[in-house]
Amino acid sequence: MDALRTLLDEYDVVAAFWMTIKLTFYGAIGAFIIGTVIAIMRVSPVKVFQNFGLAYVTLIRNTPLTLLVFFCAFGLAITLQINLAPENSPTFIVDNNFRWGVVALSVYHASFVAEAIRSGINTVPQGQAEAARAIGLPFLPTITTIVLPQAFRGAIAPLGNTLIALTKNTTVLATIGVAEPALMMRNMLEFNISLLYAIFFIMAAGFVILTLPMGLFFTWWSRKLAVQR
Amino acid sequence: MSAETSVLFDAPGPKALIRHRIIAAIGVVLLLVIAYFVIKGLANPENDQLTAAKWVPFIEWSSWKNYLIPGLIGTLQAAAISVVLAVIAGVLLGLGRLSQIAVVRMLCGIFVEFFRAVPVLMMMFFAYYFGLFTLNISGSALPLFGAVVGLTFYNSCVIAELVRSGVHSLPRGQREAGYAIGLTSGQTLTSILLPQAITAMLPSIVSQLVVILKDSALAYNIAYLELLRQGQNLAVYEGNLIPTLIVVAVIYILINWALTRVARGLEARLRTGKRGIRPGPLDVGANPALAVEEERQEEAAAGDPR
Repeated sequence: MDALRTLLDEYDVVAAFWMTIKLTFYGAIGAFIIGTVIAIMRVSPVKVFQNFGLAYVTLIRNTPLTLLVFFCAFGLAITLQINLAPENSPTFIVDNNFRWGVVALSVYHASFVAEAIRSGINTVPQGQAEAARAIGLPFLPTITTIVLPQAFRGAIAPLGNTLIALTKNTTVLATIGVAEPALMMRNMLEFNISLLYAIFFIMAAGFVILTLPMGLFFTWWSRKLAVQR
Repeated sequence: MSAETSVLFDAPGPKALIRHRIIAAIGVVLLLVIAYFVIKGLANPENDQLTAAKWVPFIEWSSWKNYLIPGLIGTLQAAAISVVLAVIAGVLLGLGRLSQIAVVRMLCGIFVEFFRAVPVLMMMFFAYYFGLFTLNISGSALPLFGAVVGLTFYNSCVIAELVRSGVHSLPRGQREAGYAIGLTSGQTLTSILLPQAITAMLPSIVSQLVVILKDSALAYNIAYLELLRQGQNLAVYEGNLIPTLIVVAVIYILINWALTRVARGLEARLRTGKRGIRPGPLDVGANPALAVEEERQEEAAAGDPR
């Protein structure tokens, strides 16, 4: 028990999970924006955009997130020297990895967000879009003011699941050394193998605490917003 | 509303057609501009990732023989072992969650909810160090053990949920028919409900294979020699990181895309089949959590207490 206490004094577990929350927050915003744009592209009347949307979803969904993260951090940042943080800042490496990590998370989960929104669009009755067209709205106003607001309601459950997956997937950034729980867990285990079970349980419990309420909340929310049709 | 018969927009008239063409042209130009900057960035002399020399390794047999093919075998090996173990464990866990005995049901429920929430990478780290210090596994078996255990725990929980929702989605009459001919509830489950549920789950299981294959890349972190790690080894040797990553990504995409097609095909066959088996939701199946949640939604909507 003492050994565990010293270990927890030495490693700031709360900071690691705060990193998870930050990554999830920024990643979710990025994924939501990109995903919405891709979803609109996929249902747009212009063939080029439809095909681009389809290509994006097909390619990104079938690529491992680890590879995307790796590509961003080692390919774009180190090999091509494309930096997202000021190079002279003292925390340059940390910031740069963090930001590229958020980019990779956003790009990857955007494909799932796009599919979720598209399934949400499918739940909106046809009459809604027909009514919008009947009063003379062109495509973009139809989709942004009539269809999407209703589609989001129908897409809450899959969007929530994507958010939970995103939370867990932030651990993939351990690959590029972002100071989050999985990396911390490995560092802890490296020198404290006698505490194997305790360390695993603490770190795993952190994710259960983060994701379980999220799941309950989204189930409740999607039921609250569900429309009887 | 489906994209094919979209009611989101009118069939374009002559003016709209011209407008669409203009917008499409602008879109294409934008994409080309982005492509130009990407290629320029890759080709600039400082990093020089796009010269023919950097791609030459991929037409040499040795780089395939020494790096990419062993890497691919590593990835497929971990994925294949994991999927077999995950299906076995998943069916057992799913049966446990459907058990008549409350304690078994609860224990399986806790197990599934817990390990579904634990990130696969953490499970891999745990399994790696567990294998190293408790089981004294050594050599190349250790990373494989870590990868397989990490993948199996998470995916068996997903499959358990698929089994459970699959059994729940069967018509009530199936169970009643089993009871009517004198089978016990256990016999009804294993000989009547489970075979149908598994058939209905088949497309989802194939989709789950895509998830397992993608997640196997996480084993990069425990030094398992899978495709990404071998690609990196090749890239370090040849100094062509970006071309290598592109080739590796293409390999992953081709395999996963083919698997997705197989899953779609299976689903279509089940859908048009004569028997009353209805496949589970497939599109969401690519993201395991989604499939499970959607089933739950349906359950909730149907108001089926259990």
